[in-house]
Amino acid sequence: MYSFDYERPSGVNDAAASLGEDDKVLAGGQTLLPTLKLRLAQAGKLVDLSGIDELKGISSNGSELSIGAMTRHVDVADSAEVRSAIPALADLASHIGDAQVRNRGTIGGSVANNDPAADYPSALVALGATVHTNKRSISAEDFFVDLFETALEEDEIITKISFPVPESAAYAKFPNPASRYALVGVFVAKTSGGVRVAVTGAGPCVFRQSDMEAALSSDFSSSAISGISTDASGLNSDIHASAEYRANLVSVMAGRAVDAAS
Amino acid sequence: MPVENGIGAAVRRKEDQRFITGNGNYLDDMNKVGQAYGYFLRSPHAHAKINGINLDAAKAAPGVVDIFTGADMAADGIGGLICGWGITSKDGSPHNAPPHNSMAIDAVRHVGDQVAFVIADSLQQAKDAAELIDVDYAELPPVTDISRALSGGAPQIHEEAPGNVCYDWELGDKDAVDAAFASAAKVSKIDLVNNRLSPNPMEPRAALGEFDPGSEELTLYTTSQNPHVARLIMSAFLAIAPENKLRVVAPDVGGGFGSKIFVYAEETVTVWAARKINRPVKWTADRSEAFMTDAHGRDHVTHAELAMDDEGHILGFRVSTKANLGAYLSTFASAVPTYLYGTLLNGQYKIPSIYVEVLAGFTNTTPVDAYRGAGRPEATYVVERMMETAARDLNMDPTEFRMKNFIQPDAYPYETPVIMTYDSGDYPANMNAAKGLIDYAGFAARKAQSEANGKIRGIGCAAYIEACGIAPSAAVGSLGAGVGLWESAEVRFNPTGSVTVFTGSHSHGQGHETTFAQIIADKLGVPIESVEVVHGDTDKVPFGMGTYGSRSLAVGGSAIVKAVDKIVEKSKKIAAHLMEAAVEDIEHEHGVFSVAGTDKQMTMGEIAFAAYVPHNYPEDLEPGMAENAFYDPLNFTFPAGTHIAEVEIDPNTGVVDIVDWAASDDFGNIVNPMIVEGQVHGGVAQGIGQAMLEGVVYDDESGQLLTGSYMDYCMPRADDLPSFKIDTTGTVCPSNPLGVKGCGEAGAIAAPAALMNAITNALGKDIDMPATPEKVWRAANA
Repeated sequence: MYSFDYERPSGVNDAAASLGEDDKVLAGGQTLLPTLKLRLAQAGKLVDLSGIDELKGISSNGSELSIGAMTRHVDVADSAEVRSAIPALADLASHIGDAQVRNRGTIGGSVANNDPAADYPSALVALGATVHTNKRSISAEDFFVDLFETALEEDEIITKISFPVPESAAYAKFPNPASRYALVGVFVAKTSGGVRVAVTGAGPCVFRQSDMEAALSSDFSSSAISGISTDASGLNSDIHASAEYRANLVSVMAGRAVDAAS
Repeated sequence: MPVENGIGAAVRRKEDQRFITGNGNYLDDMNKVGQAYGYFLRSPHAHAKINGINLDAAKAAPGVVDIFTGADMAADGIGGLICGWGITSKDGSPHNAPPHNSMAIDAVRHVGDQVAFVIADSLQQAKDAAELIDVDYAELPPVTDISRALSGGAPQIHEEAPGNVCYDWELGDKDAVDAAFASAAKVSKIDLVNNRLSPNPMEPRAALGEFDPGSEELTLYTTSQNPHVARLIMSAFLAIAPENKLRVVAPDVGGGFGSKIFVYAEETVTVWAARKINRPVKWTADRSEAFMTDAHGRDHVTHAELAMDDEGHILGFRVSTKANLGAYLSTFASAVPTYLYGTLLNGQYKIPSIYVEVLAGFTNTTPVDAYRGAGRPEATYVVERMMETAARDLNMDPTEFRMKNFIQPDAYPYETPVIMTYDSGDYPANMNAAKGLIDYAGFAARKAQSEANGKIRGIGCAAYIEACGIAPSAAVGSLGAGVGLWESAEVRFNPTGSVTVFTGSHSHGQGHETTFAQIIADKLGVPIESVEVVHGDTDKVPFGMGTYGSRSLAVGGSAIVKAVDKIVEKSKKIAAHLMEAAVEDIEHEHGVFSVAGTDKQMTMGEIAFAAYVPHNYPEDLEPGMAENAFYDPLNFTFPAGTHIAEVEIDPNTGVVDIVDWAASDDFGNIVNPMIVEGQVHGGVAQGIGQAMLEGVVYDDESGQLLTGSYMDYCMPRADDLPSFKIDTTGTVCPSNPLGVKGCGEAGAIAAPAALMNAITNALGKDIDMPATPEKVWRAANA
């Protein structure tokens, strides 16, 4: 780890104001800290958001669930509000990493990092969530831009994420046996506006499977998508899985998610 | 009458209290006054020539104490690392052993090769300075795949090893095997890859060097399985210091699995540097370094053929293997694919003729050496995948095929065609026990049920044998070993009756403090709480050979028994004197000495006290009660047994669920069944890891290590594993006084073949390890 300065402001505006070009935001640190320790990244200053109370907490009004950016995975997994409003989201959070990661990692940190194999992006896109920052509100689909790339600007900090409550939803994950990140994860949500199917792990960035969405909108059953394949070109291929295998897993996991949500 | 906490008792491990409460004394816990920190600059390239190293900027960096390179060590007269086992090729020539410098001098040959050692007041300063070192590399093309390395035109890694060949070795009677195949009614063939593994002990390697300018003694604290062997090699071959001025201490060591047997560059550099700077210096590997530099295991490519008559009796076995030794010859690397491998290819079977040839070579990869099982898992994988394939070719039940060819319980001693003499066993009994545990007969019904659920069920077994308790010194010496493989012990009574046992074995998780104490409790009636086991310090314990190859109890334990025998012999003389009886009338049982035919008796504690306070004492008898012994084994021991795995495969994803596991192991007599069960669990977990999850992957074009962290190298975890059904049906080992065989590696030896036989049984076709979900999915859907 290279040396860096450290700040722990108590307000979002203070945090944003102190962010310089070489600085990094510390949310849960579950990706950032290992990267720093391996000297793969360097920060002039770490701005730790853990002292900002307004970024924490979960609330629900029946039609919308709102989760503060600094809410830990374990808190989402254990939350009665989340379990009541969107149980699939609590289930997703309960399978992120391991207990240590869930006790430190936060939803805002995960979303801002946009790891192609992270679980949360699929939930945000499938549920049509909105990412709120200190500057604006961004729809999830606009937020996730590309591999490790989001719509966030340099001094923009996520404050909360709001999820419209769906009719039903489920997440099916095929974990990478080594890292337990999603080799493929599929989040299916049935909403008043139609069915949305979002895929993580398979490609460089979360994406929607529109053929499946169309089929499921008219018949919400796994048999409706049993013949629908995903184009392997453009999917990830590495020592763990080929693009072709990942494409197969998209179909299998989507079917399982639909079954679980039915 | 059994003794409390004696032999056979499932005693909880004495050492676990300190381990699980954070009171262990591991190397990185140790710090010395004035200690500096070392950091190795390592090669980012798999293969490159070094044109020059500029240290100027780095040496001027804050906190830097000094920086050393391979040239500095050579200038100081420090030799290179050695390989301690000479292998002779078919043509009579000795194996090619190229120079193995602790730090590169003119070339680097694998990613992670040591280039410079930076010492600073803090680790951060050492790392910062290392980034300022300017190494002028001229990159060379690498090769990591052993088949390509040994084919013509591959990059040449060492001048001293033309064609990258280390040796071309053979064992067995080629003509007899050829004749067997010529007369065979049926021949089965198989091609196998034994995947390369990273050992991954929980504690990374570390070293702390300290120099005392007054005594001129150098001390190396290190993560070693055999500190005396490390001292011997560093003294005799590297000239670090004379043996009497070099102390090697291996304190609590957090796992080894073989990887801490070897003398590594880092520990030699660290201890040498401590004298150069006249200041303690510590180096601890991080996990990335462990992946790059801990000696790897396995990495064989094998073709095997089995000749049989028309009734399924085996006539001959022919095996051809290419073994990847990595970039340099590690300490015992040469022995693993030869005498620890070829000699076990007879398995549990009556095989009239066997011929094996092994072509071993160098690649631009981490050196490969012994890893849990060391050669024997590779042999078992070949034999047991071969037997399964042969049975399938014959349309015979694989367990029946094995039963038909097993060596029978009345056939011992049994000489194999590959220079082993099996001393005991009952292979049909272990097979039957395992079949009973897993309800083998009920498999067909379970398979039908799985099929109805859209799943594919498979069952497979491995009837393994291994050679442990390595080994009779004269025998291994005749095969090229540079050392004897006996073990030492001292049993020392204190005047108050408590005991300290000094052993040349080394515990790095095996539980010696408990098992050895149980032997003393059983033999001498001393409560295990009053027995202290000391190991791992060359200044404290007699010269010993260390722990590997499941040898500690069979060899180290036998040395303790021999020392105990001397204690008993002396105690009888004292007891006879004090009870006014003839020595021949003194009877001894579990630490109680009595006069035959009377009610007179004395305890061991009373006698020990008398020996230290010899006011009333036999003439011509030395006072004191401490005896040492060296034990050289009569033979290897031959643990054997059958493991059966049952799996259910999801054809949609290729996920293999291990639904059941039965193990019946013959470990001979058992001192602590709880520790044995733990060893089986751990071994099977590692074997399952090899079969389904683990595998070191290099990019053959760049030579880069692609599995350099736990993000990419998959270790087995609890939720990957089934519950194990374990049985220890055994036969007493006749080759040592405890009748024990060794249990530390059996699981890792049996499990890969058992699991792959189950998976390939389900799939109806062969795939290679690791059986990843994608490989299984492709096979299930092809």
